[in-house]
Amino acid sequence: MGRVSLLNVDEIRGDFPIFSRQVGGRPLIYLDSAATSQRPRQVVEAVRRYYEEYNSNVHRGVYSISVEATEEYERARRKISRFINAKSEREVVFVRGTTEALNLVAYAWALRKLRKGDKILLTEMEHHSNIVPWQLIAQHTGAEINYIPFNRYDGKLELDKLDRYKDFKILSFTYASNVLGTINDAKRLVKYAHENNALAVIDAAQAVPHMRVDVQEIGCDFLAFSGHKMLGPTGIGVLYGRRELLEEMQPFMGGGEMIREVHLSHSTWNEVPWKFEAGTPNVAGAIGLGAAVDYLERIGMERIREHEESLTKHALDEFEKIKGMRIYGPLEAGERAGLIAFNVADIHAHDLATLLDEDGICVRAGHHCAMPIHTKLETPATTRASFYLYNTHEEIERLTESIKKAAKKFKIT
Amino acid sequence: MSDITFEIILDHYRNPRNYGELGDATVKVRDSNPLCGDVVEVYLKIGGDGRVEKATFKGRGCAISQAAASMLIESIQNKHVDEIVKLGKQDIFDMLGMEVGPARIKCALLALKALKTAVYGFLGKKMDEEELS
Repeated sequence: MGRVSLLNVDEIRGDFPIFSRQVGGRPLIYLDSAATSQRPRQVVEAVRRYYEEYNSNVHRGVYSISVEATEEYERARRKISRFINAKSEREVVFVRGTTEALNLVAYAWALRKLRKGDKILLTEMEHHSNIVPWQLIAQHTGAEINYIPFNRYDGKLELDKLDRYKDFKILSFTYASNVLGTINDAKRLVKYAHENNALAVIDAAQAVPHMRVDVQEIGCDFLAFSGHKMLGPTGIGVLYGRRELLEEMQPFMGGGEMIREVHLSHSTWNEVPWKFEAGTPNVAGAIGLGAAVDYLERIGMERIREHEESLTKHALDEFEKIKGMRIYGPLEAGERAGLIAFNVADIHAHDLATLLDEDGICVRAGHHCAMPIHTKLETPATTRASFYLYNTHEEIERLTESIKKAAKKFKIT
Repeated sequence: MSDITFEIILDHYRNPRNYGELGDATVKVRDSNPLCGDVVEVYLKIGGDGRVEKATFKGRGCAISQAAASMLIESIQNKHVDEIVKLGKQDIFDMLGMEVGPARIKCALLALKALKTAVYGFLGKKMDEEELS
């Protein structure tokens, strides 16, 4: 102990009703926020208010509660726009999540622009959602995919080899790896893409919830993230896109809301970002995400990042003392997101996760939707603990004890 | 799970019985469980009378999947294929000495699924997925 928290974690935890429940007679220790975060009552309350007090469809409704719903939906967009420092809220497209955001760029931009032999540049540390859409586009267009490798020992991209990759049309990369934890040099990668007249797309699913992300400072063309990983509801996420690009792009899905005029022979499109929001949107989700952004801003993203870094450092220090422990990714807490994927000797990740669950500890085990990373690390699975603003140093100690207990059970001495 | 149950599972995980390929196998089946990345490949040498003359397996994955495979393959040596097709999930629980919950049931039943697929392949029939539910 003796570690000073930079946040008033007790007060924060009080906002999350789930932390008052027990699992198997023990307090819940939730270390899987990289998969999905918990939600504070402020977010649930915002969603409840919409459904109970002004539930109606957005846009075009002439009656009062529809105007109210539209205002709240668009207010959420403005909050998110400010949160990531977009130039305008017109650059914020509501989608279901990071996966849909990346698919939107793949289908509405890449599918139309790429030709046979064109190159798509990715990295070896991508989540499946930033690999598979591009593979589908490559199949359609005959484009090729190249991958910037990462170093398997320190988990960092081999940026010294970057200039091997030329003549690519698009570079799409993760801001922070959901397995290695590595925080990539987004500004440098974006600059490299632009020097090569390519677009820069960022999967920021593990970044936006945990640190200050400023799209203008980074200079990216597109940036994708999910609401449910940042205290918001499930089924809502964001695609940030530079206005000029969104303007020139064709729609992703067709339907209501995204049109200006529909004739039997042709249609014309609504303005951005609504051109990309076909059908009734996830109004409750957007409003909930707006409340989540309020919550995060009230605490402060810098302080959240410092807290997570401190928890990560604590866990890394403790893990190093465990026999047979193998930690993947950078060993400096400052260079990684608040998550640690690891293995202990020959204990399979799922066996370890099952044993930790007996102590009420929720961790993830498997390939975390990043099979190519695990292939390179030569392990079928890893156990991953991930931290957020509501986690405590005491929970890190309980995690460490529980891992040691499991190692003892497996006779790793 | 009791300590003794775990000890036995751990022993089979670290020292799997009848482990390795069988060169003259009549039938072999590989199956995998995408959840854990568990893999089990079952090899059976079946005699003209329908008895398993020799059964082996190869695999990698979590302790539950590999221990269940080791125990199951050990138990079917010299068994008739008609007996093997009757095996169900409770038989695996009995071997492991515990019931396996929904989160890990696929690990526990992976070897049984591969084994029954192999036997049904030998018999020229198709397995009904219901048998493992």
